[in-house]
Amino acid sequence: MNKIVTILDSMDYGPSPEEDSHVRAWLTRHGGRFGQFIGGRLTKPDGTTFEVRNPADGELLAEVAEAGEAEVEAAVKAATSAFKSWSALSGTERARHLYAIARQVQKHARFLAVLETLDNGKPIRETRDIDVPLVARHFYHHAGWAELRDDEFPGHAPAGVCGQIIPWNFPLLMLAWKVAPALAAGCTVVLKSAEHTPLTALAFAELCAEAGLPAGVFNLVNGGGTTGALVAGHPGLAKLAFTGSTEVGRLLRRQTAGSGKKLSLELGGKSPFIVFDSADIDAAVEGVVDAIWFNQGEVCCAGSRALVQEGIADRFHAKLRARMERLRVGSPLDKSTDIGAVVAPVQIASIRAKVEAGVAEGATLWQPSWADEAFARATEKGCFFPPSLFTGVSPASALAQEEIFGPVLVSMTFRTPGEAVTLANNSRYGLAASIWSQNLDVAFDAARKVKAGVVWINSTNLFDAAVGFGGYKESGFGREGGREGMLEYLVPAWEKKARPVPAGKALPAPVPVDGDAGPGSVSASLDRTVKLYIGGRQMRPDSGYSYPVLDPKGRLITEAGWGSRKDIRNAVEAARKADAWSDMTGHARAQVLWFLAENLELRAAEFAARIDRMTGVGSKQATREVAASVARIVHYAARADKHDGRVRAPQGRMLALALPEPFEVIGISCPDEAPLLGFVSLVAPAIAMGNRVVVTPSQHHPLAACDLYQVLDTSDVPDGVVNIVTGDRDQLAVVMARHDDIAACWYAGSADGSAMVERESAGNLKATWVNHGKARDWHDPAQGQGEEFLFRATRIKSIWTPFGV
Amino acid sequence: MNARTAEPASGMATGLVRIEQPQARVEGVPFQADWFDAVDVNLSAVERRTATLGARRSVKKEWQAAWLVKAIQCIDLTTLAGDDTPGRVQRLCAKARHPLRDDLVEALGLTGRRLTTGAVCVYPTMVRTAVKALEGSGIPVASVATGFPAGLTPLEQRLAEIRYAVGEGAEEIDIVITRAHALTGNWQALYDEISLMREACGNAHMKAILATGELKTLTNVYRASMVAMMAGSDFIKTSTGMEGVNATLPVSLVMVRAIRDFLERTGQRVGFKPAGGIRAAKDALAWLILMKEELGRDWLDPDMFRFGASALLSDIERQLEHFVTGRYSSTDRHGMA
Repeated sequence: MNKIVTILDSMDYGPSPEEDSHVRAWLTRHGGRFGQFIGGRLTKPDGTTFEVRNPADGELLAEVAEAGEAEVEAAVKAATSAFKSWSALSGTERARHLYAIARQVQKHARFLAVLETLDNGKPIRETRDIDVPLVARHFYHHAGWAELRDDEFPGHAPAGVCGQIIPWNFPLLMLAWKVAPALAAGCTVVLKSAEHTPLTALAFAELCAEAGLPAGVFNLVNGGGTTGALVAGHPGLAKLAFTGSTEVGRLLRRQTAGSGKKLSLELGGKSPFIVFDSADIDAAVEGVVDAIWFNQGEVCCAGSRALVQEGIADRFHAKLRARMERLRVGSPLDKSTDIGAVVAPVQIASIRAKVEAGVAEGATLWQPSWADEAFARATEKGCFFPPSLFTGVSPASALAQEEIFGPVLVSMTFRTPGEAVTLANNSRYGLAASIWSQNLDVAFDAARKVKAGVVWINSTNLFDAAVGFGGYKESGFGREGGREGMLEYLVPAWEKKARPVPAGKALPAPVPVDGDAGPGSVSASLDRTVKLYIGGRQMRPDSGYSYPVLDPKGRLITEAGWGSRKDIRNAVEAARKADAWSDMTGHARAQVLWFLAENLELRAAEFAARIDRMTGVGSKQATREVAASVARIVHYAARADKHDGRVRAPQGRMLALALPEPFEVIGISCPDEAPLLGFVSLVAPAIAMGNRVVVTPSQHHPLAACDLYQVLDTSDVPDGVVNIVTGDRDQLAVVMARHDDIAACWYAGSADGSAMVERESAGNLKATWVNHGKARDWHDPAQGQGEEFLFRATRIKSIWTPFGV
Repeated sequence: MNARTAEPASGMATGLVRIEQPQARVEGVPFQADWFDAVDVNLSAVERRTATLGARRSVKKEWQAAWLVKAIQCIDLTTLAGDDTPGRVQRLCAKARHPLRDDLVEALGLTGRRLTTGAVCVYPTMVRTAVKALEGSGIPVASVATGFPAGLTPLEQRLAEIRYAVGEGAEEIDIVITRAHALTGNWQALYDEISLMREACGNAHMKAILATGELKTLTNVYRASMVAMMAGSDFIKTSTGMEGVNATLPVSLVMVRAIRDFLERTGQRVGFKPAGGIRAAKDALAWLILMKEELGRDWLDPDMFRFGASALLSDIERQLEHFVTGRYSSTDRHGMA
């Protein structure tokens, strides 16, 4: 039978391969060997090289030189010398460069798409229709931020030379997410590409040179974890941005602790895909395809954990299985391929092991009928894995908890909307969530309650340069995209000139004061025991010890509780219980803060006397500090109902809300100086934004904070919103940094203490904000209050809401 | 893995058994509002699916040629104009019998095989002319009826019109629904009306035109589809070709999914006919891809799928000549309808 007749019967699609000859010619032009891109030039590929293979068939595509210490050093040097002139350019000049890059990407769109597909194994449809257009969009958008930086971020300066480490799942897109905001802010870059997929970054480097980007502004080093560690550890960097696994993110958090580098981490996920019985089921089924069978499931924000309302689960799964039958796994360059090749054999092995463990655990695995031995034989040369569905999965199983990073969906059921949210949040991760319901009330309720940085209602895996992307919990911190993403590459300008905090005296031991300390003023009144303040009650420290609070001359004023681990534990539990505070309106919180300011002012003289007594600053200065503290509370009372996020329209008939949400529980270590103002400056913005706090006040001068207990009580601050544990700042800060139920830690103390907080927070990857031992002038509004504090007190949740009828 | 091995690896269409015998009639089922009451179609999701469908699947070279031949076989070659004359209808029928130039048929290796359009579609008074002109070709004549296109003549007259067209020899009747029933949510009335029409059709197959461009919302489209199928429509069809908006992929997706749901519930297989505004060969491919992806191989033959079109054939002819000769073709090289 002739071919047409045969096809008329089968109605198969037939092959439809994308042309790859231009890319192959480019590889040949480079002799299949690449070096680093440093100071505007590709270096000779000498020294150790590693192989780059096409995961679809194992073909050797190129050999790439691994960057060692010398290369990383040269790259940082190039970036450092370029920083001076690049950061001095006007916004318009930098914008022109970013625009030129965007145009370069568009001009070479198909080249980049084909190269990415060859290198990574993802289908050409995705590189062509999704990755590369988003890359161009990212540079366009950030060309705008370059133009607007000084208008939009007054008082800010570029962070400096940035180290950036990107993953292999979206090589070029992740490059764009990192490089575009850095250059827009005025930073220069040393980027490390992923070992599996270095090729598009090399092509991008060439495009930059062609576009006339000044030498040294963008530098590229190749290699694996060793090279990454060299970049991360380089002392010449002001900022490190990383996208990758939570495991490596944790290592980087520890490695960079105390280095003064700004850090943003975009890590793993096990994102819920919630299907309510009010959903358009066919829409949700197609959503699953875009969620977990996009990019072979190698997507950090993949909706990999389906939560389906029990009443529709059978129907949903039946439809899903029918849809899976029609997915096509095959050559990534074929235009009719849905699922291409997994990036490398090691990743296939990891997926396989997790799937086998899931089967052994008793979950039910389903794969399409065509995923048989013939499929295995036809695909044995490449890294192919069929789409897979696990049902009968229990929330406690590894399948439900661990990221598989492959085309594998695990599905569970729920009974009520409340249970859906509980199951959704039953994860250490918090990157994204997809919510399917035609009922706006149901969908929005879940969107607000789910702990995730990105929420897609009736949609999934949508991205836009204007919409912030990033995680909650162990999915990392920091945002990429939008205004919030720009702030990751900027620092308050005054910080660049900040001086060290004077080294403080050691805290006296928690024992009764001996005679040499001298007599305090003999009190005529009853002895006042200063306790801790936990859950709205004054509590004795669990340790049973107190430590002396001395005046500047070393005379005993009184004794304060010697807080310990267990007091922090109790305080966090009290803070946890005060969740109603986070759900209150900004207006309601504002009223409490106004009242607090009013009540503090009533007792201004008493507080001033106390401050003077503890610090010896003189009554004038002490009075000034109290007045400033009252003003600060008023400032945040004013802000409480106004920091309400932004709305963007990234697509037609689509609103993306950038919603600042509280961290819930923040641990705060207050500075020694300005014992009242420092305390108020940190606590007020935190609670104004709806957080509950566990605070250690000024360790040497804790009494101003302790005197606040009664003011808090009389000002209707609900129990558990502010919890105060006095004692050794650094000892208590360690406990807070290690506490897995605290989501963020702020620390104003020594450089060592700052390093310790950053290091110890790696456990649950808290968002940390430390002073690195640098002083802040709490009296100066430019330093002591404002948007920076609100930015630190919240995390942006992006909620994508399509609409239309 | 080589791209050429992708097809067997994908396993498409395995397990989807083709049914070769003539399409059984759709019997319909009693009216059941709970089959569609709770359905609420998400527009953005539908649009996203249809926007990416054409990018997810591609047919090239021989495959594209074969798919375009298939499209010809699925065309209801249509003339529905006030200036239709017997001569015009005869010309159309001649084209339906002989849709593609002989040299192209030969180059495609199809000489000696039956290659005609799926049907010819005309107004009731033109049915007799068409039947005569198509005698011996095996091409059925489809007639619009029931006060096409608005459907607002009295019910008795609409039913009489069906009987007239059937009496004239029409084997397929394309009825129009009363949009008011759908727009006011009077689904029972719609069901009753279509049931009567189905009865009037007798042995002629019935296609129910939903006039989706006037139903406006996709949820209405789904509900009307389901009601039309319950009432025994053999096909559901998007448009008369006279609405402001005619066949679109989003509307088609919703109707096709309704067909799938109806199949799941009843085991009855309903055909689909997009009509109006489909003029380009590329559009035809997009619809065929939609059918294959959402319903499967069985919906790629004229017994289950038709295009209501008049200009489409001309573009397909040009594309097929390009496939054969490698040169871009012009309209005047192909005999007109």
